[in-house]
Amino acid sequence: MLAKRIIPCLDVKHGRVVKGTNFQGLQDVSSPVELARFYNEQGADELVFYDIIASFEERALFTDALTEVASSVFIPLTVGGGIKSVDDFERVLSCGADKVSVNSGALANPDLIDEAAKRYGDQCVVLSADIARVGDGFHVFSTGGRTDTGRDALQWISEGVSRGAGELVINSIDTDGVKGGFDLELLALVCDLVNVPVVASGGAGCAQDFVDLWERVPEVSAGLAASIFHFGEVSISDLKRLLASEGIPIRLI
Amino acid sequence: MNVAIVDYGVGNLYSLRCSFSAIGQNVCVTSDPDILRAADAVVLPGVGAFGDAIDALRKTELDKVVIEIAESGKPLLGICLGMQMLFDKSYEYGEHQGLGLIPGEVRSLKEVVNPETLVPHIGWNALHLTSGEDACKDGLGQSGGSLLAEVGEGAYVYFVHSFYATECAANTIAVADYDVPVTAAVQKDNVFGCQFHPEKSGKVGLQILTAFCNLIKEAESAC
Repeated sequence: MLAKRIIPCLDVKHGRVVKGTNFQGLQDVSSPVELARFYNEQGADELVFYDIIASFEERALFTDALTEVASSVFIPLTVGGGIKSVDDFERVLSCGADKVSVNSGALANPDLIDEAAKRYGDQCVVLSADIARVGDGFHVFSTGGRTDTGRDALQWISEGVSRGAGELVINSIDTDGVKGGFDLELLALVCDLVNVPVVASGGAGCAQDFVDLWERVPEVSAGLAASIFHFGEVSISDLKRLLASEGIPIRLI
Repeated sequence: MNVAIVDYGVGNLYSLRCSFSAIGQNVCVTSDPDILRAADAVVLPGVGAFGDAIDALRKTELDKVVIEIAESGKPLLGICLGMQMLFDKSYEYGEHQGLGLIPGEVRSLKEVVNPETLVPHIGWNALHLTSGEDACKDGLGQSGGSLLAEVGEGAYVYFVHSFYATECAANTIAVADYDVPVTAAVQKDNVFGCQFHPEKSGKVGLQILTAFCNLIKEAESAC
């Protein structure tokens, strides 16, 4: 049986991890490499690097950081942020990324999913969707969750999977930042709809939120979070021990 | 001591090369037959489809070099599709002849898992150690060292694959449970294979690569 995955997400700007951190023992709390090593040693199952700026000029700073992480941290690495073309896939995969996450770029050009899946395999293409409740349904939002595309989120997810997305990151705008737990209603709907791994994102405020996630929606493959790990509110090693004690399949190291 | 990774134009070998460097091993990525022959141990990587990969290997005539290395008694490690190519044949989109270094064949996971189980098999799964009776009849590992020497029962490693090796129980040294026991690691004397990616399996993966490098000394004293 596959272990449920715990994934910290690192936002990278100018080649540095943004959002303050206060881990003891870290010399440089905004070094992507130091943080990646730290999370790896704590038992993170995968790391997501999100390129915040993704302007043409600043891309080298991001890819340099990624290359350095990939040379010393040997767990799966996923990259997102500003991915608009197959060339963007090539650029980050050649620096050691294993998977590439598309969001606004795929909404603007859905063929990107097909092209990338054909070239690199479905397992390489992660469709990330920012979703919020609008009226009676769910809409998918673009540009970092700022713009309502007016599209039905569940339809978009189905289309993305049929085009070749091998994994979904479901980021609930409604629960994101609230720290009241994952959006279990949305996640259950998505898991019923598709047969690819679903990563829950947005809303984790404490370790118990992950326990609730897998007790209520056991089909979810992974839980992703940023601030609760970065600010040290929840340590990944403590979280994984808690999950294991609740009988959830977890990789303990 | 040098490890050479076979470069036949398929896939990105950056992480694999770095993982050997991280354990202090001299390593090179090469398509030069002479460098491969001179190496103390050789790694055959692989991603993508079986047919494309074996064609690329044959086109560059590196298939013969890999077979030669296997026959020389030096440690050879196939990873993921590189492991699958060690077998007699694969049924991935047609029927393809493999290198024939380990008896067995490669088939789709979809034929054996439950309909609702996700294929590809992607993620961290636990290794269950097995003792294939033909794994080290007169080859490496008899003195207690083996590819999984440092790995405990139940250790998690990272898998990404849709096809799996079967009819190879006699050479299987570990399986992972995914509805059925999925062949995870194999050995036939000095020829080893991992279906999972040691270069993406954290500390356990590095322990496996270290154990592989430690076999170089044993191979040298046996020659």
